[in-house]
Amino acid sequence: MHYTVCKELNSVILSVSSQINFVCLISRQGKVRLTKWYSTYSQKERSKAIRELSGVILSRGPKLCNFVDWKGHKVVYKRYASLYFCICIDEEDNELEALEVIHHFVEILDRYFGSVCELDLIFNFHKAYYILDELLIAGELQESSKRTIAKLISAQDNLVEVAKEEASSLSNIIAQATK
Amino acid sequence: MDSLFQRSLDDIIKGLRHQQAGESAFVSKVLEEVRREIKSTDSHTKSTALQKLTYLHSICFVDMSWAAFHAIECISYPNFTHKKVGYLAISQSFQESTPVILLISNQLRKDLKSNVEVEVSLALECLSRIGNLDLCRDLTPEVFTLMASSRIPVRKKAIGVVLRLFGKYPDAVRVCFKRLVESLESSDSPPIVSAVIGVFCELASKDPKAYLPLAPEFYKILVDSRNNWVLIKVLKIFTKLAPLEPRLAKKIVEPICELMSKTGAKSLMFECIRTILTSLAEHESAVKLAAGRINELLIDEDPNLRYLGLHALAIVAPKHIWAVLENKEFVIKSLSDPDPNIKLESLRLVMEMVSESNVVEICRVLVNYATKSEPEFCNVILGSILSTCSNNVYEIIVDFDWYVSLLGEMSRIQHCQKGEEIENQLIDIGMRVQDVRPELVRVGRDLLMDPALLGNPFLHRILSAAAWLCGEYVEFIRNPVELMESLLQPRTSLLPPSVRAVYLESAFKALVFCLHSYLKSATSSDHSALGLSDPGVSKENHITPDSVLHLLNLIDMAVGPLSGSYDVEIQERARNILGFTELIKPVLSDSLHPQDERHKQQVEASKMVRLLHDTFSDELGPVSMSAQGRVPVPDGLVLHENLADLEAVCGSSLPASSATISFEGSHNVEGATSIFISDQKEESEPSSESTSLLAEHRKRHGLYYLPSEKNTEHHEANNDYPPANELKSELAEQSFLPKRKSKQVKARPVVVKLDEGDVLPISSKIPQAKDDSLSEAVRDVLLGNEADADTLTQKAAADSVIRKKGKEKLNAKEQEDDLDHMDSQSGTVQNPVKERSKRSSRKQNADEGDHGGDKGKQKRRHRHGKHRTREGVQNPPANVISQTPVPDLLL
Repeated sequence: MHYTVCKELNSVILSVSSQINFVCLISRQGKVRLTKWYSTYSQKERSKAIRELSGVILSRGPKLCNFVDWKGHKVVYKRYASLYFCICIDEEDNELEALEVIHHFVEILDRYFGSVCELDLIFNFHKAYYILDELLIAGELQESSKRTIAKLISAQDNLVEVAKEEASSLSNIIAQATK
Repeated sequence: MDSLFQRSLDDIIKGLRHQQAGESAFVSKVLEEVRREIKSTDSHTKSTALQKLTYLHSICFVDMSWAAFHAIECISYPNFTHKKVGYLAISQSFQESTPVILLISNQLRKDLKSNVEVEVSLALECLSRIGNLDLCRDLTPEVFTLMASSRIPVRKKAIGVVLRLFGKYPDAVRVCFKRLVESLESSDSPPIVSAVIGVFCELASKDPKAYLPLAPEFYKILVDSRNNWVLIKVLKIFTKLAPLEPRLAKKIVEPICELMSKTGAKSLMFECIRTILTSLAEHESAVKLAAGRINELLIDEDPNLRYLGLHALAIVAPKHIWAVLENKEFVIKSLSDPDPNIKLESLRLVMEMVSESNVVEICRVLVNYATKSEPEFCNVILGSILSTCSNNVYEIIVDFDWYVSLLGEMSRIQHCQKGEEIENQLIDIGMRVQDVRPELVRVGRDLLMDPALLGNPFLHRILSAAAWLCGEYVEFIRNPVELMESLLQPRTSLLPPSVRAVYLESAFKALVFCLHSYLKSATSSDHSALGLSDPGVSKENHITPDSVLHLLNLIDMAVGPLSGSYDVEIQERARNILGFTELIKPVLSDSLHPQDERHKQQVEASKMVRLLHDTFSDELGPVSMSAQGRVPVPDGLVLHENLADLEAVCGSSLPASSATISFEGSHNVEGATSIFISDQKEESEPSSESTSLLAEHRKRHGLYYLPSEKNTEHHEANNDYPPANELKSELAEQSFLPKRKSKQVKARPVVVKLDEGDVLPISSKIPQAKDDSLSEAVRDVLLGNEADADTLTQKAAADSVIRKKGKEKLNAKEQEDDLDHMDSQSGTVQNPVKERSKRSSRKQNADEGDHGGDKGKQKRRHRHGKHRTREGVQNPPANVISQTPVPDLLL
């Protein structure tokens, strides 16, 4: 009984969307440094979106406002050094809040990497994702405390270290065994 | 051993950075490696390969759907590093349609139950990204458990995931909603409140009504919270709720105003402004305060704030236009802001300010800006002028002479690309507004005279309209000879054939007009002694025999070559004109050189000319777009699906006639009609009937003609309106009569509206059903069933509390009854019957903590994990408690 009800519901399209549709980082040369999609986009739509947006955003001068209308959504971007941080939000969302989310993210990155630069994000792309995941979930800001995020990330890092040690010792064993 | 030779992610990144040109070759080489490595049984090799692939996927948008199964393998590894890589790959690349997605279900459940906090977090994050109906359904119990986790980060993430659960699997509402509401009150841990509010903010934006009962909780947060993130979300929720409940609006307006004036955070302040403007616009004083804050934003250095200030003005404009007018100068100044976004926003505002009284002034300013702007923005400005002014059949235009000359001026702006729109409006006005025709013709003539304009392809459409107008209303032309010259000037060869055909047709009309007035003046000069002179002719008396000769020569020269044109339209029209001149020349040449027989010849000539002149001067009325549909099919007429039979009937005669008709393709209907009629005349012997036929037709089918301008001058002519218009006339008159009295003809707008009116109701139905299942679920949980909700609002609060109390009590018993009425709605209906017996005994406790009861139930829910979903359905009515407090706490 329960399941039949569910199946009926399945046919209805639901539109609970998240506040943030996607986050992307684009370098000044138009290279993509990070993309995270909270709403559903096919791979084609993704690359098209990024291409279009980088065209629009990179061509904007420095003293203009940080908001761009894009396909019924708003893209809020901010440039830090050579990187553009972009967040796509809905029409009704607060642009200034999105700017603060960006700034928040940058500060956390800064704290983690110690004055972050583009290279840090290039070579630690997975870490940037984990940090972003601590900041946002399902397109919503989940943690506004920088210190908490720092703590959570370092807990993860510790776990990774431990796992690595284990792995290396294991591979040692295997290596010896195969000799 | 593989791993020894495997390239690490760093190698790939470095390699990619050193590639200048052959990036794609490099990528495909790496992909090849990855495909090989990922099949390895060694977990390290596999996860490294997966990590590289994920990198390429998110940076170079490489397809990785083929690796879905490998990603699932990775998350099942015990080693945290590998698991992490697997989760990243999955949340980056999985779509709902990924075939293997269900294989992940068990692993997710395992990780959600893990003791390692970080693993739980990974699983939650993954679920929030990729959860589909099946995953959400399967994992709802685990998420529900985690929502009460003692570990704050986990709890907060679980709450975040709830949004996905609700979206994909609305039944999850019955399970999790209560705990979600309870989390609202966990004021001890701000991150939780922040997460919950985020969820409610999204939920309420879709279906605000269902969350009205929670208003007291939100209000408490609004007043107590110091966290700007949370406050912004709460404001967003109230933006949605306030319009639904006026008492709520009254309650929140004060704290919001206070927040707005106290806060230092611009984002929060802006959210306050937006809330007031969108949802509390009736509160005059609050709007005034907000307007004050907007003024601060407008003068700020930061372009972001200026933009948002304008944006806020745009929100307030429909209800409080004074707020925009106060800042009129700033708005207009922003039209020249370096930022295109600000320019667009201010243009939108300027258009909001336009009214009957200032339209002239504003358009003047805008056209000035348009001439100075770069092409793109220039056309945006022109487009919005055109659409605003023509809105609702030129509602705001009083002085049409001015508007028409503005159209002419706009055509001459260097970057103007609005040819089509201007063309349509020129002709539309020409037909709708009789009094403006002299001015229209003057503007048209000026455009036609300027040989430079012919070189600009964007203007060809406008020139086509100008030519048509000058031909159709040639009687207003001061100097028809000059007009003929410009219509036939050599540079017209630059025009596309369709426009050139219009030029020729207009030249034809002008020629007939010239000859007509010449002959008329010639006869009248004969009779002038008798005092019969026609007053209308006197002003055209500059048409001398010489100028007629000149015209005929001109036609020979300019039109002659066109009779061999490759374009059928041009060729046909050219031949028509030449044929006519051939016909008229012999008779006319006599009259030009006075002889004895002059009089007789002249009569013959003027007969022919008058015939054509009459044809052309018959007034063309616009036809409603739906006119054809209103023609009833006569009895006995069988309408065939296609016209295949027609060929058999008409045989070879068809092609010729179709050529005449098809001309219309790119042009307005009226032009077509006139040309068609004239052509008929030309080909078939001059039978003076055609005008009378037209009149006859009009008399019989007057219903399907729109009233011509002549009629509409007299108001009683309204009878001629098609019946469908009358249906609409009530509405239409409301909007038209009071404003437009003097010159403008108010006729067809009704028809246009009618056509739209038919469509509207259909489209407005569509958006409704969208969120049904989710909002239904929420409503069920929050309000019990619909009947409950209704009665509750009417009854006193205490009453409902009692009822709930009763049910609470019953729940213990219901464990056994569960199976009986569980899945059916009737379960909830039955309860009250049982409650009633308990009601009296519980009455004294009515005012006591309802939460106590709730919590009790909460604990029970824990214990009977298996019954959770079922209980969920029954529990909901308990929440009705929270509906009643709206009046209690707030008012």
